[in-house]
Amino acid sequence: MNTISNYIKSLFLIELMKGLILTGRYLFKRKITVQYPEEKTPMSPRFRGLHAQRRYANGEERCIACKLCEAVCPALAITIDMEEREDGSRRTTRYDIDLTKCIFCGFCEESCPVDAIVETRHFEYYGDVREDLYMTKEKLLAHGDKFEKQIAADRAADAKYR
Amino acid sequence: MLEAIQSALSFLPDGLVTLLIILLKIFALLLPLLGAVAYLTLAERKVIGYIQVRIGPNRVGPRGLLQPIADAVKLMFKETILPTNANLFLFILGPILTIGPAMAAWAVVPFDDGMVIADIDAALLYILAMTSLGVYGVIIAGWASNSKYAFLGALRSAAQIVSYEIAMGFALVGVLLAAGSLNLGEIVTAQQGSVIQWFMWPLLPLFLIYFIAGLAETNRAPFDVAEGESEIVAGFHVEYSAMAFSVFFLAEYANIILISLLTAAMFMGGWLSPFEGILPESMLTGGGLGLLLGSGIHWLLLKTAFFMFLFLWIRATYPRYRYDQIMRLGWKVFIPITIVWLMVVAAMVVGNVGPWFD
Repeated sequence: MNTISNYIKSLFLIELMKGLILTGRYLFKRKITVQYPEEKTPMSPRFRGLHAQRRYANGEERCIACKLCEAVCPALAITIDMEEREDGSRRTTRYDIDLTKCIFCGFCEESCPVDAIVETRHFEYYGDVREDLYMTKEKLLAHGDKFEKQIAADRAADAKYR
Repeated sequence: MLEAIQSALSFLPDGLVTLLIILLKIFALLLPLLGAVAYLTLAERKVIGYIQVRIGPNRVGPRGLLQPIADAVKLMFKETILPTNANLFLFILGPILTIGPAMAAWAVVPFDDGMVIADIDAALLYILAMTSLGVYGVIIAGWASNSKYAFLGALRSAAQIVSYEIAMGFALVGVLLAAGSLNLGEIVTAQQGSVIQWFMWPLLPLFLIYFIAGLAETNRAPFDVAEGESEIVAGFHVEYSAMAFSVFFLAEYANIILISLLTAAMFMGGWLSPFEGILPESMLTGGGLGLLLGSGIHWLLLKTAFFMFLFLWIRATYPRYRYDQIMRLGWKVFIPITIVWLMVVAAMVVGNVGPWFD
């Protein structure tokens, strides 16, 4: 009996029709495409995009060259040199992040005791040549100055979970 | 209109006028056909996109309507790469042999009563011959490429098309039994009367088998093992690029339209209006609404469009058949069913079973 019903099912393409009806229903479903440049998906405050170096409100750079980020970086993308400044504080003379090596894991940000190195929400950047993706201290500080408002807001939003 | 052109050209010798008229007819058929092919590619991307809850191409022109033109321009300006180890003569011949028959088959297709380039008696036979010739292009392309994937694709395609050719041929035999003619125009007119008279009812299994075999003949999903992106990259046309590549696509889509149109003509009454026999005769003739509701080329195009949509719908729905399953389906399912149904049809014709054969 079962065999016969199976034969009838396959002969009259019952299962195939069911499949067609299912996909046919999807034809009229609301489309979920996000039209990227015009529309954007919602983004978490923890988004890990382009790196930036932050400053204190008085303009003093935060980084104290503790090299924790350099040590924790799994991709060995960070290079730091330091010296003692005239006023006796410990500062970097070189802080480079090679974005072609970086895997955007966010460990540098997590390890930083003074919230100096952060990853911003900004991810729409490009480089014509490799050097464009080699972030120096000046570039990172410039990013920090540019996005400081957003960075501070994101840290504040996430503060109670940290 | 033809007479007007004929008289305007009367200063030329008779033979030349005939030639010009025929060329004109061919252009009048092929230009819309190529346009339809171009926009079928867009329709395919759109329909499959919609079924996958995406939008599909919508950047080039309003709602993506200029996408096929952009694609064509891109393909024309790309370099046709000729592999060093390929046999160049056969390599170039492959696409030509694919597109030639795909276009030639259209010569006998009737669009309306008498609206056909070559009104020959053996039209069905001619169509069968032309659609089967296309496989030579595929085999030659696959072999001349001198590439393992292309060769595998060509072999698969050859075996598959040969297998489904038989079921397809038998399905057509059923049609010619029912219509009593090989001429496509006469096959359509034999279905006159009402929707019940359409051959899809007495020949339902043959109708389904013809359409499914048509899917296999055109190497479309779910029978696209000859291309098989996931296993043999692109099958017989891996080595082709630019225009040579797009010619294969032109042929494939022209064949899709041809199969859809033939299915509509042979099983769904072609240009005959579905309102025949339902609405009174006066509403089907004359101008205005009669032009719309009565028989005409628009019904044929509508039915063709439905089958073309079915091609895309099926591609978006079913996964690819395994190769041995394809062979099993072709030889052990389709051929027996068609043979059995041929006998049924023959018995119905002899026994004058109504409402079709009385």
